[in-house]
Amino acid sequence: MATEALTIEHIDAFYGDSHVLHGVSLSLKEGQVLALLGRNGAGKTTCISAIMGLVAPRNGTVSLFGETISGLPPEAISRTGVGLVPQGRRIFPSLTVKENLVIARQRESDDPKSWNLQRIFNLFPRLEERQQQLAGSLSGGEQQMLALGRALMGNPRVLLLDEPSEGLAPLIVAEVGRTIALLKQEGQSIILVEQNSNLALSLADDVVILNTGRVVFAGPASEVVGNDALITQHLGIFHGH
Amino acid sequence: MQFWIIQGLNSLALGGLLFLLASGFSLIFGLMRIANLTHGAFFMLGAYLGANAIRSIDGVNLWTAAVGTGLLVAAAGGLLERLVLRQLSTNPLGQVLVTLGMSFIIADACLMIWGGDPIPVPTPADLRKPLLLFGFAFPTYRVVVVGCAIVAAIALYGLLERTRIGAMIRAGVDDMDMARAIGIPVSALFTAVFCLGAGIAGAGGVLGGPIMSAYPGLDADMLPLALIVVILGGVGSLLGAFVGSFIIGFIYTFGIALLPDLAYVILFLPMIVVIAFRPQGLFGRIGA
Repeated sequence: MATEALTIEHIDAFYGDSHVLHGVSLSLKEGQVLALLGRNGAGKTTCISAIMGLVAPRNGTVSLFGETISGLPPEAISRTGVGLVPQGRRIFPSLTVKENLVIARQRESDDPKSWNLQRIFNLFPRLEERQQQLAGSLSGGEQQMLALGRALMGNPRVLLLDEPSEGLAPLIVAEVGRTIALLKQEGQSIILVEQNSNLALSLADDVVILNTGRVVFAGPASEVVGNDALITQHLGIFHGH
Repeated sequence: MQFWIIQGLNSLALGGLLFLLASGFSLIFGLMRIANLTHGAFFMLGAYLGANAIRSIDGVNLWTAAVGTGLLVAAAGGLLERLVLRQLSTNPLGQVLVTLGMSFIIADACLMIWGGDPIPVPTPADLRKPLLLFGFAFPTYRVVVVGCAIVAAIALYGLLERTRIGAMIRAGVDDMDMARAIGIPVSALFTAVFCLGAGIAGAGGVLGGPIMSAYPGLDADMLPLALIVVILGGVGSLLGAFVGSFIIGFIYTFGIALLPDLAYVILFLPMIVVIAFRPQGLFGRIGA
């Protein structure tokens, strides 16, 4: 049994008075990819925000390698080793590409697998070409690479990817998929939120499905692939044959 | 001709002083979203502290007084941020009211300590001789003030645009939550920016001393000008504060000289136009 990299236990989260997450629990094992699936409004992004400390969970705990991180401010959670690629990318538009990366630098080490500017540029040569350009002038796909590079600059122990394929052309989506596969191969632990369940299921070891703020399925990805009843009921996708 | 040139220089000198006030105000507002109404009081506190240091401590000249006072006022700003504003971080309206209250407290404290009479600050001896250029005599000190403002602008630009910490500050202005999520220590950054802004305002008060003196009400005279500069130039934009300061310096100086009855109207008109047609200001990204 692999070590648990990130665990959520029974968290409740609210936006104002609306109860968004109801006793959600999940567990990500070290070196694996956990896909967090569900329809729009199911609470996936809130779940990510709760892990990152951007939304304070009212009950329950979030822990990283056994250490409780819920209740800490987001900057402290980031420094314990949680990296976020947020929905909508949210790169800093008025900073250059290089500045976006450099300000996120954390926990760099001599380990050849440690992320630094050069390794990010090797992974995404487009970012190196455009390093002096303002990030706001990049295309959607380039912004996604930048958001991913920025998160990796923090050398996260757990990487949260919130809809990395959203709004991207199919070719770029495939590239994002290949990058995530590469990170997984390097042993990166990842929580992947996706609307594109084909992409997510092709990468995930485990799957958690949320429906209206509750966990309705948690199990290995192999149990979801081909389970049309589960997919239709909770993800609202109709499979053509 | 002499009138236009001298008033032009006065406009530049006022613009320079306004920049020292408005740049910090704008940075604080841009990063922390706090309209720091204590900022005018920092300027006045700087003027009083500097005036007294120069008059009562041997060997202190205008320049050492400006540096020392800047550091003192920076420390005062840091205390205000840490001890008071920090406690109200979820209550922006409360923060604004507290900064207004602090400005009254500082103003009354200055009145109690230094009385109601203006305290003139002597112009440094070597700058008293007028500067002769193109057959006109310019007050040398005002030229120097403009130079100081330009040096400060270049230093601030270097800090903000050419250092990692500066990039972190701009990231916080762009998207605060995201900046925190990548581990930027925003809390330390807030204190640093608040100290910096207060310090520049305090030093600006000293440098303004030989032109305006230290007097009760200096804060209330300067703060509205700084607010207009920031609204005109754009919140959080250093370039906006720079351009806005000199625009307001000219409008205010010539308004008072030519149409004294309408000086405030002329001053606020461009602000109304900006709010109506370009609410983010000339160089800003955030709506005012």
